[in-house]
Amino acid sequence: MTKTVNNKAWVFVLPVFAIVAFSAVLPLMTVVNYSVQDTFGNNQFFWNGIGWFQELLDPSTELGGRFFGALWRTLLFSAIILMIEVPLGIAVALAMPREGWTVALCLVLMALPLLIPWNVVGTIWQVFARGDIGLLGWTLNHLGIDYNYSNDPIDAWVTLVVMDVWHWTSLVALLCYAGLKSIPDAYYQAARIDGASRWAVFRTIQLPKMRRVLLIAVLLRFMDSFMIYTEPFVITGGGPGNATTFLSIDLVKLALGQFDLGKAAAMSLVYNLIILAICWVFYTVMTNVDAQRERVEA
Amino acid sequence: MARITLDHLAHAYRPDPHTADDYALKEINHVWSQGGAYALLGPSGCGKTTLLNIISGLVRPTRGRVLFDDLDVTDLATEARNIAQVFQFPVVYDTMSVRENLAFPLKNRHVPRDRTAQRVEEIARLLDLTRVLDRKASNLTADMKQKISLGRGLVRPDVAAILFDEPLTVIDPHLKWQLRSTLKEIHRALDITMIYVTHDQTEALTFADKVVVMHDGAVVQTGTPDELFERPAHTFVGHFIGSPGMNILPCRVEGATAFIGDQTVALQRTYRPPYGERMELGIRPEFVRLQPRGTGLPVRIRRIDDIGRARIARVEMSGRALAASVPDGISFDGDEAALALDPRQIHIYANGHLVSGESIDGGRA
Repeated sequence: MTKTVNNKAWVFVLPVFAIVAFSAVLPLMTVVNYSVQDTFGNNQFFWNGIGWFQELLDPSTELGGRFFGALWRTLLFSAIILMIEVPLGIAVALAMPREGWTVALCLVLMALPLLIPWNVVGTIWQVFARGDIGLLGWTLNHLGIDYNYSNDPIDAWVTLVVMDVWHWTSLVALLCYAGLKSIPDAYYQAARIDGASRWAVFRTIQLPKMRRVLLIAVLLRFMDSFMIYTEPFVITGGGPGNATTFLSIDLVKLALGQFDLGKAAAMSLVYNLIILAICWVFYTVMTNVDAQRERVEA
Repeated sequence: MARITLDHLAHAYRPDPHTADDYALKEINHVWSQGGAYALLGPSGCGKTTLLNIISGLVRPTRGRVLFDDLDVTDLATEARNIAQVFQFPVVYDTMSVRENLAFPLKNRHVPRDRTAQRVEEIARLLDLTRVLDRKASNLTADMKQKISLGRGLVRPDVAAILFDEPLTVIDPHLKWQLRSTLKEIHRALDITMIYVTHDQTEALTFADKVVVMHDGAVVQTGTPDELFERPAHTFVGHFIGSPGMNILPCRVEGATAFIGDQTVALQRTYRPPYGERMELGIRPEFVRLQPRGTGLPVRIRRIDDIGRARIARVEMSGRALAASVPDGISFDGDEAALALDPRQIHIYANGHLVSGESIDGGRA
């Protein structure tokens, strides 16, 4: 095969370069610039080297302590929702009908929460969970359960976790459903002839065939929950106290609340690096799975 | 070990079948005797797989019964029948090794571990899988995987019949022959009934002692490969089996004479119409000789194909296409020639079905 070389093609790529430069590279460089300087207002900046990064990564300082606190809360939140949403999503996908008009109905119902804008989801749950007028909060309180998400950290966490599960389990379920649908009937028939139990069918056929979509589901859900901002901002505003102050919320407090540009810039760069690193791990795992699959099919 | 009886079996996929056309499988009565090698032959969509799935219990028939020996298994679940099935696309459990794959049906049936291990070794030896026993099943070639699915059937000591649903479809051509001889060997070594579904006549005729030909949801003929070739009971069988298939010519029959257009053909038997409105004369190309002009039924040669073992002429007689064999050492100038039909090999069909007629001296065959 011969490749056609035509340098005019660069002209067509140029707009992309320009857009990416202005939308990503330049802002990022501004952040890098802030992260090595200190300012006391008046647009006066002083060189601070890697000072902010040292402070940020040292848990004994005020900045470091609050950063690691937020990081820990964010990781815990991601871990909890993954542990709930993945098994629940698989269970829902397994329970969904395979054919008939109910399939379309199920798919539409499941897709509904995914279509709601994030701040609306936050508002819905903020109202829904209120003790005075919200259906959920009011009912719980009248059943004798002391529930108040704006006072009690545990209640706040439960509210956020339940909201995220309500919002995103369908995504995992839909991905798993797609994986399940791609399994040919012959596998199930062979399993019946081999006398496999329901659990054995799941372990030996369904789970291995869903492995790839599950990886994608875990990746998407991890990334999204690790960057969660809108919903907790709307519902709890990071409180009570700092109980639900996740990294993103803390970052905004630091940058726009306290206007500590240098500290915030350093924090956002580290935050960014963590996400990149985790992305890379997932990417490596997924391409390995793919490579294995190709070897199998070759 | 069992004899499998299909008793007034019929199946429709729609819930409220009324007319015969609603049935994917029309009424069938058939007995598969213990230890036989059967082929179920027919074009795609003729109901072969449905029939197979009914025998293995994956599909419950709309009407009729399935008996293993004298036991009615119609309502018995698949796993409770001693039947194994090999599918068109090889099914292996990806995460398991070949050994675990072979042991899987026994493990599910709680067979003791040492007994399982011993049985797996035996079957692996039989199928020549010993070398790969500890490899992951997902990394093997399609023919190996197909052997594994077969092995999972054979490993059960109680298995009475193995059903094959076009098992060679995804196998490379040069390995097909090999795998088919493995099947034959296993059939000889073990006393197991085998039912082999295919749309490929070569596979069916080389594998089976008895071939069941299906067409449009119904069995049209059951017989040995020779019977199917020499005495097709239906024009479909004549056409479907043989390469090229039987010549089928619309005709009119009066006594011992058939009229094809304005030509007459003398028959060896006498027929007393009316049998039905559609009468046809069938004769295999092997029994039609192409001869020089003026020595038989006049035809026009369209082309002559050399198919290796013989030369087959494509000819035209009063506007109808026919195939005829060309004897060695004969050549034709121009496209005018004649046909000689072997009168013993002429069959008469009424509405597609063979009619036997009476011998000339009056006795009915």
